[in-house]
Amino acid sequence: MKDRTLVQVALYAAIFAVLGLLPRFDLPFAAGVPITAQSMGAMLAGVMLGAWRGALAMVLLLFVVALGAPLLAGGRGGLGVFFSPSVGFFFGWIAVAFVSGWIMQALRKAPVFPAALLAAVFGGVVVMYAFGIAGMALVGGLSVMDATKACLIFIPGDAIKAVLVALIAQTVARGMPEALLSRNA
Amino acid sequence: MISLYLAQRTWLHGVPAGWKLLALALVSLIAAPLDSLPLMAGLLVAVLALYVSLGRAAVAQIALLRPLWPLFLILLAFHWWNGDVTAGLVVLARILAMVLLANAVTMTTRMDAMMDAVEPLLAPLGWFGGSPRAVALAVALMIRLIPLLFALWEALNESWRARTGKRGGWRLLAPFCIQTLRLSHHTAEALAARGGAPRGTRR
Repeated sequence: MKDRTLVQVALYAAIFAVLGLLPRFDLPFAAGVPITAQSMGAMLAGVMLGAWRGALAMVLLLFVVALGAPLLAGGRGGLGVFFSPSVGFFFGWIAVAFVSGWIMQALRKAPVFPAALLAAVFGGVVVMYAFGIAGMALVGGLSVMDATKACLIFIPGDAIKAVLVALIAQTVARGMPEALLSRNA
Repeated sequence: MISLYLAQRTWLHGVPAGWKLLALALVSLIAAPLDSLPLMAGLLVAVLALYVSLGRAAVAQIALLRPLWPLFLILLAFHWWNGDVTAGLVVLARILAMVLLANAVTMTTRMDAMMDAVEPLLAPLGWFGGSPRAVALAVALMIRLIPLLFALWEALNESWRARTGKRGGWRLLAPFCIQTLRLSHHTAEALAARGGAPRGTRR
């Protein structure tokens, strides 16, 4: 692993943590529904770093959380979070980063905004909820149908976050093209 | 270091981290398939008794569960809707007991002790040319980056406020990403100048 890769992985894990610790944004279009920015971090890591580095960043984040750092939204952390019904989402972040990064790399030739939007929506909504719902069903003892219903209200928020991630990727591509590592790896 | 760690020493602080992790893994494996309400309630009571034995500061930490309550209510509501409140209570008792038990391990184990306890598990990384010491470096780098990134965000927010009089919010994310990447380039260069990250072959 190159030094630069190591630092980038640590950087995106840290960005993820900072997104959870920042005061909540009032997102536009969300009609005042408070949304933590944290799950954006997983999509961002994938879209910016590409599949493997993005997934590694999420592994590092979960590792540090398990070591005892309160880095998840609302100051949660430690080993306890891995026994809560949201555990599917936490492990899902690894897959989210990997899938969004993989799509981003596959669409290297496409314009940034649509590629990043597809990557973020597929990774951050489809993949994340597949994991999240499975975790909810297993830990919460619910049927998959019920677990899906319990998660449904959060999907619009994550769809908005996916759009934001695509906008950010586009802005970054304009301001500092070499920063979009998923494109020049 | 930021942590959920209890500064006040308790008897559980003296137990080696590896034993605590092993005990936690065993309890979670045993509790997962059990579906009896008295057993799960018993487990919960036992965990609560553990908290009481750790002192008042530990009991106060139970408040960490607060963000989970809405989720618990939703879970219970679904089980009630399906006509099996008992199953809901079993699930709830199991989740509460396991979350509290895992938090008790976190509360009484320093992060470096935890890192030392899991380092043997990272040894297989060596087979793929990785290094457990590179993992330790990544962990330290990440933790050190968090306050730096906060300061960076605050600086961006302040200049946005100076220009518009409003909070920047999500609009700061793109410049934030660009600036943090610049920061990471400098960090990588500084790391290379000091001999680079540990590699598997160079242990």
